Amino acid sequence: MSAVERPLIYANLRKPGYTVDIDCYQKHGGYEALKKAVAMKPEEVCKEVETSGLRGRGGAGFPTGMKWKFLDRKSGKPAYLVVNADESEPGTYKDRQIIYRDPHQMLEGIAITAWAIQAKQAFIYIRGEFIHGAKILENAIAEAKAKGFLGSNILGSGYSCEVVVHRGGGCYVCGEETGLIESLEGKRGYPRIKPPYFPAVLGLYNCPTIVNNAETMAQVKHVLAFGGAEFAKIGIPGDSGTHIWGVSGLVKRPGLYEIEAGKATFGQLLYDFCGGPLDGRTFKAIIPGGSSTKILKFGERFKGKLPNGQEFDWALEDIPLDANSIAACGTGLGTGGTIVLDDSVEMIQALSNLNAFYAHETCGQCTPCREGSLWLSRVSKRITTGGGQESDVPLLLDIANQVAGRTICAHGEAVAWPVQSAVPKFKDEYVESIRKRVKGEALPKLKLI
Amino acid sequence: MHETSPSAPARALKPETLAKAPAIVGQYPQKRSATMPLLHLVQEDRGHITQEDMHWVAEQVGVTPMQVLEVVTFYPMFRQSPIGRRHVRVCRTLSCALRGSYALMAELEKSLNCQRGATSPDGDFTLEFVECIADCGCGPVVHVDGAMHENVKPEDAAAFTQKLKATLTDPTYGQKPPVPGTPEWNG
Repeated sequence: MSAVERPLIYANLRKPGYTVDIDCYQKHGGYEALKKAVAMKPEEVCKEVETSGLRGRGGAGFPTGMKWKFLDRKSGKPAYLVVNADESEPGTYKDRQIIYRDPHQMLEGIAITAWAIQAKQAFIYIRGEFIHGAKILENAIAEAKAKGFLGSNILGSGYSCEVVVHRGGGCYVCGEETGLIESLEGKRGYPRIKPPYFPAVLGLYNCPTIVNNAETMAQVKHVLAFGGAEFAKIGIPGDSGTHIWGVSGLVKRPGLYEIEAGKATFGQLLYDFCGGPLDGRTFKAIIPGGSSTKILKFGERFKGKLPNGQEFDWALEDIPLDANSIAACGTGLGTGGTIVLDDSVEMIQALSNLNAFYAHETCGQCTPCREGSLWLSRVSKRITTGGGQESDVPLLLDIANQVAGRTICAHGEAVAWPVQSAVPKFKDEYVESIRKRVKGEALPKLKLI
Repeated sequence: MHETSPSAPARALKPETLAKAPAIVGQYPQKRSATMPLLHLVQEDRGHITQEDMHWVAEQVGVTPMQVLEVVTFYPMFRQSPIGRRHVRVCRTLSCALRGSYALMAELEKSLNCQRGATSPDGDFTLEFVECIADCGCGPVVHVDGAMHENVKPEDAAAFTQKLKATLTDPTYGQKPPVPGTPEWNG
């Protein structure tokens, strides 16, 4: 059976002639879901989102409705909504499309969410590099305010919410929610220690704060448009809605494909949607959900049990595209940013490329991450430049094992996981790369570091 | 690096830059949050951030200049020294690398007459490798002063350089709102 796309988030922005202005958005049914929401009680809106089974789209896949429930409503302090549009996970480029081509869709989700959690102030923390994206959002906010969808007295409800666009400074760790909050407070983006700094209790300005991904906001709009129970029917139980698969790297047709959760496999994604490998090449591995998720190798068998008790025995191509199935294979759906590697890629160079990224992006707060990421980067790089020895391969693993689980934020895991997952699967190739350089043999043409 | 002499006094910030500050600060429940927006503002005015600028930002948001310096040195986008007329940022991270960004960089070093991490002798270009800029399906991508160039292949480096040189006389380059469907649509 061939799989098809089910565009929900990207349904309009791909239409020829679709523009970013509010008239165009309203012509396509825009802000009707918000009208529905403000006619409901905030707790009813929360309930709809909980019923929908929506999971956050920022990478961790935490249930959105449950996150909102954690919000401390007893402290009497104002609640804040912070939208994480600091898209910077390598391989991920889905939020950019929403911001640049359908900003009102995200703003409608923000207005609904702000109403649900009764936040009077929302911030959109956007990548500093999205210079025009920030301007597009600012224009869209002004348009929405002029029509009473944002700002004071939203749709005559007496409820008000201001939205401010805040540009980051090109720093990956500010995508981590507590690092983002520190950054938004005008400081270095050092992630905070949890406990006590759970954002829902002690977030922005030490007030209760909900941090949600940009795409999650767009999904919330659709939850309200469909109603929670109807939305839950899209996808599969435990993972509802659509996932935007941003495929990059070595395939014929890299691009963004929006697919109902669980309704296609990696095989269908890579062959049917992306057209398979480049001519004369064969696939070697994928990093399924952004560079921090664990690598999967073609030819591996994945066996185990799903949360619902169903046993599975899959090749990489058979893995269904939903959060639970992918997690059961030892990796994660993450952001859906799939990086594809083929037989032209020397795996130690690919690893070294990512190690360099994490070494550049560590904030430096925690010693294991600051030192570990640098060591990993140097050790893998010296292999690629001919200074490596066989003992470097277990050394990489040894260093990574001392980083994961020993840091304030998940950057430690992001540093360790590419190494921890790739070394066992590709150690023979790494040793071969070392040997080739010692012998002065020809190296692959594609340079990655 | 193409830099002005350190002893040369920097010009004052433009009046319109100064005039924008109160509204920016006023958007936030706590003034300090305006630190980064003001630094972006200064950098867009001057091209880089001086010590005097940091003192000015500190005054606006009610912190010490050291606390502003901490921010400037933490975020890769902020810089304390001048750069070339065009800032050419080539994505280095895996998705773009798989599509040839390292080969592209080597070609651009030749055609722009500029080493990576440096500014060309004529002061026209500063060339840099940067980490993922979230446009991974169209690699290699090159971000030049607010304009995004997608699918810039290593073999196109010379033509790309010519295109960039032609923009040197266009003061609106990278300022125009992006048009979907055009090659530089999403800067």
